[in-house]
Amino acid sequence: MNVTTINMSAGDRQSEERATKIHEEPEASPKIQVRDFNFFYGDLHVLHDIALDIPEKQVTAFIGPSGCGKSTFLRSINRMNDIIPGARARGTLMLDNQDLYAKAVDVVALRRKVGMVFQKSNPFPKSIYENVAYGLRIGGVNDRRILDDIVQTSLQRAALWDEVKDRLDSSAMALSGGQQQRLCIARALAVDPEVLLMDEPASALDPIATQKIEELVYELKSNYTIVIVTHNMQQAARVSDRTAFFMLGKLVEYDDTNTIFMNPKQKLTEDYITGRFG
Amino acid sequence: MTSVDLDTTLTRRIASRSRRRFGEIVWVELLGLSIVLILAILGVIVADVVIHGAGHVTWTFISESPRQGLTEGGIYPAIIGTTFLVLLMTAAAVPLGVATAVYLHEYTPPERPKQAWKRFRAAEGPDRRKLFGTVLLSLLAKVTRSAVANLAGVPSIVFGLFGLGFFIQFVGRAMDAATQPAGQILWGQGNLLWAALTLALLTLPTVIVATEEALRTVPPELRAASIALGATRWETIRRIVLPGALPGILTGAILAISRGAGEVAPLLFTGAAYYLPFLPEALSSQFMHLGYHVLILSTQSPDVEATKPVLYGTVFVLLVLTFLLNLTGVLIRARTRSKLRAGG
Repeated sequence: MNVTTINMSAGDRQSEERATKIHEEPEASPKIQVRDFNFFYGDLHVLHDIALDIPEKQVTAFIGPSGCGKSTFLRSINRMNDIIPGARARGTLMLDNQDLYAKAVDVVALRRKVGMVFQKSNPFPKSIYENVAYGLRIGGVNDRRILDDIVQTSLQRAALWDEVKDRLDSSAMALSGGQQQRLCIARALAVDPEVLLMDEPASALDPIATQKIEELVYELKSNYTIVIVTHNMQQAARVSDRTAFFMLGKLVEYDDTNTIFMNPKQKLTEDYITGRFG
Repeated sequence: MTSVDLDTTLTRRIASRSRRRFGEIVWVELLGLSIVLILAILGVIVADVVIHGAGHVTWTFISESPRQGLTEGGIYPAIIGTTFLVLLMTAAAVPLGVATAVYLHEYTPPERPKQAWKRFRAAEGPDRRKLFGTVLLSLLAKVTRSAVANLAGVPSIVFGLFGLGFFIQFVGRAMDAATQPAGQILWGQGNLLWAALTLALLTLPTVIVATEEALRTVPPELRAASIALGATRWETIRRIVLPGALPGILTGAILAISRGAGEVAPLLFTGAAYYLPFLPEALSSQFMHLGYHVLILSTQSPDVEATKPVLYGTVFVLLVLTFLLNLTGVLIRARTRSKLRAGG
């Protein structure tokens, strides 16, 4: 954890990012580059030759019927599949031009760089404050002032601060489902990731809570590269810039979200998004 | 379907229904009866002990040593001996048991050896070596689990003999040979330490099984959340899994303590003394023990009638002590639970 970045307020960070943008090529290389990526659970071949580029600071949506491998692929990006026995990857998956499956990769550092929000909100049975501070404490940050600062910024970014600022020490389990999910987002943001993976983050929420999450995704993309798996076609259309359609472990089509929904090139994609199967 | 058909099926159905109803009532009554029976037995035992024993429990009884061939005086050394023994046993059994369960549940592969072996056979290249390790670990877990299950079924007197053979004769003698002048015996005889360790072995299966069960109740989503935040496996265990499993682990510890406090058979060979007018002052001291005292009073007394009140009093104190130990555990557990729910 880089302490200097922690101490900066959100505004500083944004302006710095803008400053560095100027020095970059206008056509920057993609944040995540995937080539010939295959994935296996034991003998089961669940992902076949996936190849795609995920652009920086945009929202990329993965859609497809259940069991098509989109969640597996999402979890490959922060190597969460490593904890499943028999899971194995082949091919290249590069983040900032570094192969994530190379021997030298520090998986712990990778997961701090690539945060994750799960389908079912999973706050720890701790206070709201300790939930957000968890990743920092793991990283050895124990200075109360720094923690206070980051807990507040993270909760603000997750649009939860105003609802919980007076009860940071009460249990996270007492929050509503939507608040819990935003808390999980705040918790992921607190360790200052560059990429945020979201695995159907709103599928267990009511429409109003879902709308809040979607607005949040839209807000967050100015600072983070977001990859979101969703079963909800309208959601993909509303929040994402790029959409990838998976089926039976293969990437069928990947394009700008508008193109995918208005003018898909593949018959399969069209059938799926018009609800003919799935 | 005609109306006649309908009628007959309906009647038949109703008949079978009422037959089932009858069967159900019988079963429910039987289940209820078993509860009444258990409560009655427990009630009779407790009432018997309280009626005959409570009256004998005076300050003298719990604060003085036995006198007059155990028929007079008190049982203070036995109370202290039992307390020390149980505390030492807990200090040995709980950490070891929890550590074993954590390793079994968190670090050994979740697959059975057979599945791991199958994957090993099918694998090629660099994965093979890693998979062989998986096979071995999985085998280790399986062997340990069945060893623990078998340990739980061993009669307690066998533990006593094991304690005598291993701790006293083997370890103790070796320690004496290394530290004491020739011919001097310090560790090579029964004492508090060896008795506590023997009891710890006896209660170990309870702790291991309860802890593993408690670890299983921690939701996998919480582990995933912690790992996704960049925590290592150990950090996840320490900060998420163990706190979440704490109430269950404490339950196991309580069970182990109650069991250990009441066991007498393992102590016969490992350090409980017939009569000691003084308290144990070191790990190498012999000690008096409430349960053993009960055995002595009821089998070794020349005058059964004279020792009877002392006997009941001792049993009463043993029950109260075990109850207090249990209560402490339950209170601690309740506190950690509410703390967990409130967010600690």
